[in-house]
Amino acid sequence: MATETTDSAASTRSPDKHLPRQELLVEGASCASCVKKIETALQHVPGVTKAEMNLAQRTVSIEGSADAGALIQAVEQAGYGAKVQQAESESDALAEKEQADWAYYKRLMREMTIALGLGIPLMIYSLVVGEMTVTTTSERIVWLIVGLLTLAVMVFSGRHFYVGAWQSFKNHSANMDTLIALGTGTAWIYSMVVVLAPDVMPGMARHVYFEATAMIIGLINLGLALELKARGKTSEAVKRLIGLQPKTARIIRDGYETDIPISQVELHDLVRVRPGEKVPVDGEVTDGHTSIDESMLTGEPMPVEKGEGDEVVAGTINKTGSIVFKATRVGKDTALAQIIDMVKRAQNSKPPIGRLADVISAYFVPIIMIIAIVSALAWLNFGPEPVVAFAMVSATTVLIIACPCALGLATPMSVMVGVGKAAEAGVLIRNGEALQTSSRITAMILDKTGTITLGSPKVTDIVTAAAMDETRTLQLAASLESGSEHPLAQAIVESANERGIDLLAMSQFNAIAGHGVEAIVDGQQLLFGNEKLMQERSITLGSFIDKAQHLAADAKTPMYLAVNGTLAGIIAVADPIKEDSIAAIKRLQRSGIRVVMLTGDNRATAKAVAEKAGITEFFAEVLPEDKSKKVQELQMLGEVVGMTGDGINDAPALAIADVGFAIGTGTDVAIESADITLMRGSLHGLADAIAISKATLRNIKQNLLGAFFYNVAGVPFAAGVLYPFFGLLLSPVIAGAAMAFSSLTVVTNANRLRLFKAQEH
Amino acid sequence: MMILINLAGLALIALIVWWFWLYQPPQTTLANDELLIIVENGTYQPARIRLPANQPVSLNFLRKDASPCSEVLLIPDLHISETLPLNKRKRIDLPPMSKGEYAFHCQMQMYRGQLTVE
Repeated sequence: MATETTDSAASTRSPDKHLPRQELLVEGASCASCVKKIETALQHVPGVTKAEMNLAQRTVSIEGSADAGALIQAVEQAGYGAKVQQAESESDALAEKEQADWAYYKRLMREMTIALGLGIPLMIYSLVVGEMTVTTTSERIVWLIVGLLTLAVMVFSGRHFYVGAWQSFKNHSANMDTLIALGTGTAWIYSMVVVLAPDVMPGMARHVYFEATAMIIGLINLGLALELKARGKTSEAVKRLIGLQPKTARIIRDGYETDIPISQVELHDLVRVRPGEKVPVDGEVTDGHTSIDESMLTGEPMPVEKGEGDEVVAGTINKTGSIVFKATRVGKDTALAQIIDMVKRAQNSKPPIGRLADVISAYFVPIIMIIAIVSALAWLNFGPEPVVAFAMVSATTVLIIACPCALGLATPMSVMVGVGKAAEAGVLIRNGEALQTSSRITAMILDKTGTITLGSPKVTDIVTAAAMDETRTLQLAASLESGSEHPLAQAIVESANERGIDLLAMSQFNAIAGHGVEAIVDGQQLLFGNEKLMQERSITLGSFIDKAQHLAADAKTPMYLAVNGTLAGIIAVADPIKEDSIAAIKRLQRSGIRVVMLTGDNRATAKAVAEKAGITEFFAEVLPEDKSKKVQELQMLGEVVGMTGDGINDAPALAIADVGFAIGTGTDVAIESADITLMRGSLHGLADAIAISKATLRNIKQNLLGAFFYNVAGVPFAAGVLYPFFGLLLSPVIAGAAMAFSSLTVVTNANRLRLFKAQEH
Repeated sequence: MMILINLAGLALIALIVWWFWLYQPPQTTLANDELLIIVENGTYQPARIRLPANQPVSLNFLRKDASPCSEVLLIPDLHISETLPLNKRKRIDLPPMSKGEYAFHCQMQMYRGQLTVE
């Protein structure tokens, strides 16, 4: 949980109590007694019902109808400063961040230009004349001027490295700044010693390395600037989500329509949305009919019809008609705001695969410093002349080539892009761990109702015993089921309503979980449920068993109705398989995942549905409380198990699975209930989620491998291990370039994930 | 001469080990919810914070460093990941914690700090 304090101005209103509320930012308050003084001063302002100050945030929240000017005056009279403040919108924060990034980018480019402005001519000179040595007095003077110019570059373009290194050092920590500061500083100090006191150096070692210092600072600033640009692209998905939120809403107050900023929309306000406009906040349609494009949130391409009583969600686009709706969620409570929040959190979280890199990063810099010292000592002890110059070059190169940033960036950059990419496909991933585990799933359990099927069953057959007719059978069953919330019960009640059958009064209702229901209707004892229930109550089923089996084989769910202990008939209900379930299940199977269907239905129906859906394994007649046991059974076999359900009935099974997927319908998502929320009703969302997680993990591995290899190979090379065999020693300038571009490579590789496209066939 | 240089080198290595790994810097104690942590120049100031156990507390962060490295604050053990805006205070509410040490850092672990819950 976190809050931000900003300095912008306006007032907001309490979303829950409808009492006007204002937030003031207070200046000059520093102690608990100030709090009391300010609160008392505000409470004396006419119209204020409550004033509460948060000292940490330096904010005071005032409830009541007082004017902002009067409130500020009261605080000022108490001896403090105050101004009105407003919660900042996501788009404002984003715009501010982009502005700050742009300013930082320009600063880095400016610093880079200055550093390379000196470094490149020096490097060209060194390439032309060979080694830059100091032999004559006039050479000493020229090099002294160059040394001072390099110092100016270090101060202007590299100041942030040296300040950062010093601050970290004081805090007993070391980071990339430490390495750059030490490397460039060593090269500069060595060169200045050569210029100012050449006699302390052996003749062969009187070289200057000012070009290395300037070039390294320039190249690393360039690398940082390019990395900043590339990083901007990694958060494009969130930017797109933030961009969905319109800035104003047209509300109807006191019979008038006015456009107001969305931050001022209150709960229960009536909001009008015209064709082509975006829905500004969440709400319930009170007037009008339209179709709404929700694809930007759910990935579902078909517009959804909305009429009175239906829910509309902020950020979606009204296509055809004009509607009025009542605001039910505003500000940070809208589904869109929650989605943005969740995606941002998930993007910043790390999967376990990144932990090793984290451990290494924590010790990395001091280890590199030690390697640099060991390398210098080795050259001094065993190297050829000039040993001092070789020792200095190797130590500097080791310090400069090591890149903890590439290691540190390897995982988060890919997670950032992968989670964003998933959000674009209507897949909300809770955190990095869920992302990593879903890439390893070996078995996927799919709940049947609402996951594979539409979840809206319909009555298909009524088979009656001799003494009953269809209408009476349906009437009794529907009256009995009117007390149940089960989807099958609702299908029966709906069917009775469609046929205009009046329901009868029902009493002593009793639901027998996973089996059926019983109650007294019209003075008769009714029992309605599956074969097991009938057998338990010793109801004779006779030839109806065959009829039921015949229905079940056709993927229908038969339920028996017994009246006063005698079988009265069978009502069969079928829940059609979603159009694209079969294709999505094939996708899962093709990616090597064992797909298992789970249902409370009888075996025969389960078998028929599974066959239709292309699934060979299924668990039938599973009681709701036993769903999690089935997950465990597969886990015991060594499978990494994903469980997909509606997130309501399946909560325990979703929780116990290695990854729980809640499949939503539209934007009515149970965001809190699962590791991964599929906003689309289609199982393609599930296949997409797994495909994206696999692609992201592959990308992370590439990055980690690249960063490990770069450091593991680069550091010994820089230390000069190849010199004895091939006479090869890396230049510090090349090391600087390699370091600057290693992080950039990681970010660029992560950005490749943006091109990922899930295949729906 | 070389012996002296080698000894100096080894002493420098020992110093690095002590300064960066073995030394225990002083901690800052959180009082009255008032602690402000400045994020600037590669460090959190203060970086080592002592907190009371089993009670919710808040930390205020003020990021003054424009570099994107400092933008994200992670407290992995508490599953906290927050974006720190530039030049604005951000309050991070921490849940009640059991005794122990909890690291907080940026994404790349270059900015590092530690919460000691007692």
